[in-house]
Amino acid sequence: MSAEAVTAGGADPPLLEVEGLVTRYPIARSLAGTLMRREQLHVHAVEGVSFSVEPGEMLALVGESGCGKTTTAQTVMRMVDSDEGRIRFRGRDISRLSHRQLRPLRREMQIIYQDPYESLDPRYRVRDTVAEPLRIHGIGSSRAERDELVEQALVQAGLRPPELYLDRFPHELSGGQRQRVAIAAAMVLGPQLLLADEPVSMLDVSVRAGILRLLDELRRKGLAIVMITHDLSTAAHFADRIAVMYLGRIVEEGPAKDVVRNPLHPYTKALISVVPKRDPRDSTRPQILTGETPNPVFIPQGCRFHPRCPIAQESCRSVDPELRRPASATDPTHRVACILA
Amino acid sequence: MTAEPVLKVEDLHVWFDIDGGELHAVQGLDLDLRPGERLGLVGESGCGKTTTILALMGLLPPSASVSGRVLLDGEDVLAKGEETVSPHRWRDIAMVFQGAMNAFNPVKTVGSQIVEPMELHGIASGRAARAQAAELLDLVGITGSRGDRYPHEFSGGMRQRAAIAMALACSPKVLLADEPTTALDVMVQAQILELLVRLTDELGLSMVLVTHDLPVVAQVCGRASVMYAGKVAESGPMETLFHRPRHPYTRMLFQATPDLYGDDEVKSIPGVPPRLDRPVPGCAFQPRCDSAFARCVDQEPRLRSVGEAQIAACHLNDVPAAVLP
Amino acid sequence: MSELIQIADAPPPAETGGGRRAGFIREVMFGQKVAIVGNSILLFFVVLAVAAPWIEPYSTTKQVGAVYAAPTAKHLLGLDDGGIDMLSEVIDGARVSMIVGFAAAAVAMLIGGGVGLLSGYFGGKTDVLLMRITDYFLVIPDVPLMIVAAAVFGRSLINIIVIIGVIYWTSTARLIRAQVKSVRERVYVKRARALGAGHWRLLASHITPQVAPLLVANTVLTIATAVFAETYISFLGLGDPSTISWGRLIQNSLTGGAIFHKAWWAIIPPGLCVTIVILAATMVGQAMEDALNPRLRVGHLSVRRFRLRPLQGRLDSE
Repeated sequence: MSAEAVTAGGADPPLLEVEGLVTRYPIARSLAGTLMRREQLHVHAVEGVSFSVEPGEMLALVGESGCGKTTTAQTVMRMVDSDEGRIRFRGRDISRLSHRQLRPLRREMQIIYQDPYESLDPRYRVRDTVAEPLRIHGIGSSRAERDELVEQALVQAGLRPPELYLDRFPHELSGGQRQRVAIAAAMVLGPQLLLADEPVSMLDVSVRAGILRLLDELRRKGLAIVMITHDLSTAAHFADRIAVMYLGRIVEEGPAKDVVRNPLHPYTKALISVVPKRDPRDSTRPQILTGETPNPVFIPQGCRFHPRCPIAQESCRSVDPELRRPASATDPTHRVACILA
Repeated sequence: MTAEPVLKVEDLHVWFDIDGGELHAVQGLDLDLRPGERLGLVGESGCGKTTTILALMGLLPPSASVSGRVLLDGEDVLAKGEETVSPHRWRDIAMVFQGAMNAFNPVKTVGSQIVEPMELHGIASGRAARAQAAELLDLVGITGSRGDRYPHEFSGGMRQRAAIAMALACSPKVLLADEPTTALDVMVQAQILELLVRLTDELGLSMVLVTHDLPVVAQVCGRASVMYAGKVAESGPMETLFHRPRHPYTRMLFQATPDLYGDDEVKSIPGVPPRLDRPVPGCAFQPRCDSAFARCVDQEPRLRSVGEAQIAACHLNDVPAAVLP
Repeated sequence: MSELIQIADAPPPAETGGGRRAGFIREVMFGQKVAIVGNSILLFFVVLAVAAPWIEPYSTTKQVGAVYAAPTAKHLLGLDDGGIDMLSEVIDGARVSMIVGFAAAAVAMLIGGGVGLLSGYFGGKTDVLLMRITDYFLVIPDVPLMIVAAAVFGRSLINIIVIIGVIYWTSTARLIRAQVKSVRERVYVKRARALGAGHWRLLASHITPQVAPLLVANTVLTIATAVFAETYISFLGLGDPSTISWGRLIQNSLTGGAIFHKAWWAIIPPGLCVTIVILAATMVGQAMEDALNPRLRVGHLSVRRFRLRPLQGRLDSE
């Protein structure tokens, strides 16, 4: 870890740094296809994604289905192997580490999932679910010690008093409570990075804010969070930075408020215009794109968005734009992948 | 003032048999839908909104008991249960179910599945039916010839459109849509909502949109009823619900929804809805309400008029203006 | 400050469907009538088998009367071709039949469960290899295998148990494999993997408990198959010659000319016992499988519809 830890400028490296990540899944070929030697097709889930996250920062990966945000998270967590690119955690390259070498790292990076009804083993009491990570990593030499850590984690997740919850089974808890148990189980090891895959999309509206505010509180205490969501409003409200993904690439990235108030990429602009607003008097004209996101097996040539882009030009068909900061950006860290921005 | 309602629901109750008792899922709901109107029925899981529209279609399971009047163009379709409902089902009132896009028969073509209700209800058959099905597909934005394809060849958004086409097969007057865009991407959602708006405006269709998503209702519907624990908590024009809510649940629900540009604090509502297998004393929302007072604990508030076309069931509306939040 | 989350007076209502599996077996065993009846029958025969030496009224080796004597008050099921009390023999036969039935089913469960778990969990080459092996075992014809095994390894009880187990583990393996594949994709398993749990922890703590009820249900059904297998193995004369089993009794009656003597009491009782035990095991096993498989519920296809109640009326209207 020490060799790569110090960068050229001597500054601390970001907590998480992802560079040029590429992840592809081969599609199963039929027997006929294999025999006829048809070309092996791939799902190009992640096609060159780079971003970094600092402690105490929440980055929202926003996009529609097929954009690669979930695969990016799984690749970062090393649940899936990347094909190209680097993942650096605290300066250390973890992209090619074996699973045995990754084990101690699992204490530092954790993940919570979308479905609170499936996240918990129905046979485990809350106590067992939250204590499991401790058992796996051999923390706590006695049941009493572990119980203490479990209770602390439950309190941290907003389940107070913890005694009320320790012996419950998941089916006795509401969706919001289950998600908090999942958060407690993730936090009990004291990780530095948390990936949250659509943490509230399956919860009732009245409960969502509580979970999001909990995540916000954890963030203020120093936790770095990468939140995957399709909901721009949630991202705008709770994230520090937003990265908009389309067909495996980040097409726009910047401070949350900037991306939402001054979107520079035509896709982002369209997305923002179609997000329904709370206020019935809001008269934003939705810019509805035709068709749907193409199949990630066949990525368009040039700019991947150009077939649906309302302002596409001739050159967009051949140039694959890089993420760069345009002149119209109000913030130095606001970047966009569009030659017309 | 306005035309006679095409659909009028009076005092609807639904009970479900459960182990050791009954669940009172819908508790005296009133609703009226005007021709060409888009009415929202908003609430969270368990509030009874899906049960309500299933009751209107007569699609409740044998474990359910129903009471109330459902007047379709003045005729009570619930009068004799299945006997009086089934002639109207799909012909006058049709439904797009939750997750309809996943409910297609995978071994039949999409077109044939749209033809099916036509033939079942004696609207058309054979070539004429297939032609009408193709027209319907065109109407919902899918090229008519694609009716020969199978469901797995359609994307999620297209399947949802096909489900809407299926609901319109017998040219109903009323369309009930249960969470039509919940599982869809935001861009596809916008396309579907635009379609629903176009259908109601151009065809004179009346629609009840059931959803938990407040901004969707705000964008598409003119009026909405907010449900909580089996009852209507508040009902009125969308603008009034947002700018001048007269029930704490409505207000808190909006407050719990993050807004794209707004900076106001997003707050969740603590607690959980009450169990409906036993009578709830006083106001059902009181344990979670931020403005509850003594009367709320043991007296159930009644729905009453609180403004122009607005009704709410809250004791705060009976209290002098000075005390209102 | 985080909001206080309270459970209020009672925890929120439990969701219906997909509920907890803990206590599921108890639920079925004591809740469903079919299972209670089946269990009672099985229990009866188990007790019979265990207490056989003390219950049987006469010795199973000493002749006590004429060959194929008809049933009397002293000999309720008459005598067999050796003048031995039939009732005692049937009771004694329960021992072997039940032991072999349960033991062979246990062997099948261990092999089948193990193969299914490993195959379903690891997938890839392990899966292909194990499934190939399973296919081979499926294809082997059972009777020739038994004849060969009896010839090569001798005709002992242990051998019979092993052979039956070895023949019948394959369907268990496939069933468990399918279930394991689906459980492996559940979010809580993925979450435990993300936490750093190793394969064995996942298998032991998360997957096996989830698969166990199905395995038990399947094993009970295998008991039925195993009892029947033992019966026909013994009937074919391949069974352990030193023990009495129901199959052997049926074989005896055939070779001893019971039909010629019209001695129904030598043929029917053992066959009836086999049938009843198989039926009982099937009842219990089926009840368990039904409870596990929500798709078998067909209530929604009922032609009965919702019921109507009179108008409720309101206390005061606005």
